[in-house]
Amino acid sequence: MSFDIAVMQAFNGISLFTILLLMSLGLAIVFGLMGVINMAHGELMAMGAYATYLTAKVCEHLLPGWWLAAYLFIAIPVAFAVTFAAGYVIERGLIRFLYNRPLDTLLATWGLSLILQQTYRSLFGAQEVSVPLPGWLAGAWEPTADMQFPLNRLFIIALTAVVGIAVYWLLYRTRWGLEVRSVMQNRPMASAVGINTARVDAMTFALGSGLAGIAGSVFTMVGSTNPGTGQLYIVDAFIVVVFGGVQSLLGTALSGFAIAESQTVLEYLMSGSMARVSILALVIVVLYFRPQGLFASRTRS
Amino acid sequence: MGENKLKLEIVSAVVLMILLLGIVPFVLDPFRMNLMSKYLAFAFVAIGIVLTWGYGGMLSLGQGIFFGLGGYMLAMFLKLEASAPELPDFMVWSSVEQLPLWWEPFRRFGWTLFFIVVLPAALAYLFSYAVFKKRVSGVYFSIVTLALALTMTVLIVGQQGDTGGANGITDFRTLMQMPITGDGPQRVLYFVEVFVLAAVIGAALFVARSRLGKVLIAIRDQEGRVRFSGYNTAHIKAAVFALAALFSSLGGAFYTLQVGLIAPNAMGVVASVEMVIFAAVGGRLSVVGAVVGAVLVGFLRSYLSETFPETWLYFLGALFLIVVLVLPNGLFGLLDRWMLTREKRRPENINVLGVRA
Repeated sequence: MSFDIAVMQAFNGISLFTILLLMSLGLAIVFGLMGVINMAHGELMAMGAYATYLTAKVCEHLLPGWWLAAYLFIAIPVAFAVTFAAGYVIERGLIRFLYNRPLDTLLATWGLSLILQQTYRSLFGAQEVSVPLPGWLAGAWEPTADMQFPLNRLFIIALTAVVGIAVYWLLYRTRWGLEVRSVMQNRPMASAVGINTARVDAMTFALGSGLAGIAGSVFTMVGSTNPGTGQLYIVDAFIVVVFGGVQSLLGTALSGFAIAESQTVLEYLMSGSMARVSILALVIVVLYFRPQGLFASRTRS
Repeated sequence: MGENKLKLEIVSAVVLMILLLGIVPFVLDPFRMNLMSKYLAFAFVAIGIVLTWGYGGMLSLGQGIFFGLGGYMLAMFLKLEASAPELPDFMVWSSVEQLPLWWEPFRRFGWTLFFIVVLPAALAYLFSYAVFKKRVSGVYFSIVTLALALTMTVLIVGQQGDTGGANGITDFRTLMQMPITGDGPQRVLYFVEVFVLAAVIGAALFVARSRLGKVLIAIRDQEGRVRFSGYNTAHIKAAVFALAALFSSLGGAFYTLQVGLIAPNAMGVVASVEMVIFAAVGGRLSVVGAVVGAVLVGFLRSYLSETFPETWLYFLGALFLIVVLVLPNGLFGLLDRWMLTREKRRPENINVLGVRA
């Protein structure tokens, strides 16, 4: 393997890693911190993608041409806002009745995901929709003849870094984050010291959903969206979270990185499907030796 | 399971059998009959889920794996018979020149049957014993089985030449020279299926009311205490999981026979989650409820998708939401509660202390 190919492989791995991380960050909060198995997480990503698609359409029709170049900077906050609101409604209307019944959240959110899929089909049709890539994100940066870094991938990497840092700051450097962490660790005790746990739950779930929306919005840059898109992502996202060890956002990030890099390396050596099978088998084996995931936090509970 | 609940189960099982053997075959047209057979194939899986999830608290999101194993093994036999002495057509298309070694046992019906009964159960036991020994449980167990179901489908789709890929294995007509397509043979198969289903229901009820079933419930509620009492809980859980895998494998074999094909999408993640929902709708603690749930959701699915092709998923989604929120123990839980309140009202059932007998 020449140096250039090695660099490109590493880049592809990082590119896949950022996508996995965006997919699973919201889930890590909802599943890892709250213990809610949200099978509709993929559909929330699709919601973000559709919100982006609609924003692009609106920009195309209403705003002067040069706005189209900047629509992503409108679309990402819009996708976040839409899915944040949806998550809030879902938590208040459904999830809050099912705390401490994790397997029931799974069934209920599966039903919800069917409803959401049907909604997308009714609103947008069964076909794929895609969003035009702004001109400044097309093409690639080519430092040498054999190295090409697609600009949209670079943008995704930068955005993931921003989102990751923002989530870290929110959860570990703000008062609200402190409340979230205390509620997740010990709900009755947090409630006893005067934290409004119901509000914290709703906001946390909404934040997780909003992150799914950002992920969905970003995915429109690499692929098209159809009503079933969400189901493609959901299992991968769960595997990343469980592999990393729930309750550990750092674990989620590291497990996403490990999975993405090994996937790209294996894909270089064998067929895509066999690479995927090997990764999944590897994850199952690792979970056998470390049932709580790679980076489980040590607790007595 | 309490005496009353057992009585209720046995009565409903008998009613169910009368319906399935005496009424359904004479009321439904061949097309609906064929659908019914398909739903009953899923009922086998749902019964296994009642035992593992309802009684044992182990929610597998990968029951489709065992369903698929049973279905594929029978399909391999049927395909070899249909294409003998040549290679199966999809192998020829993928320019596979020699029959893969692991296809060889499926030339004979006896071996095929043996593997359908033994292989999924053995694999399920080995896998789950290892996992339970490590005390992987609850949600983690569910996610691992989910990953396993995904692995299986990716593997099968990827190995096009050996497995038929995403299209699955199709196009067979005879089972040991007897035709299996057409209304007459499918009717015969339906009766065979119902008889095997009756045996499975009997076995499941037997397990549920046996000592094993009681220990299983105890493990679900307080695994630590049962372990400290000297039971090897991993062994008990794995044994029940293997039994459920065996049921699922039988269901898969009947699915292949009735539908005429087996493909990865019948055993994938989506299919596996739906199988859990069959059990949930019927009642996760009722064996007969699981059968009713499988048939009911299957029919609702067919009916709604025919009548409201545009919006039927709304109904299906709403059904799951309602079941979880309003009827956590499914339809049979409702029936059970109704019987209980009726009995409570009877004065002779209340003793001096006012406690229900």
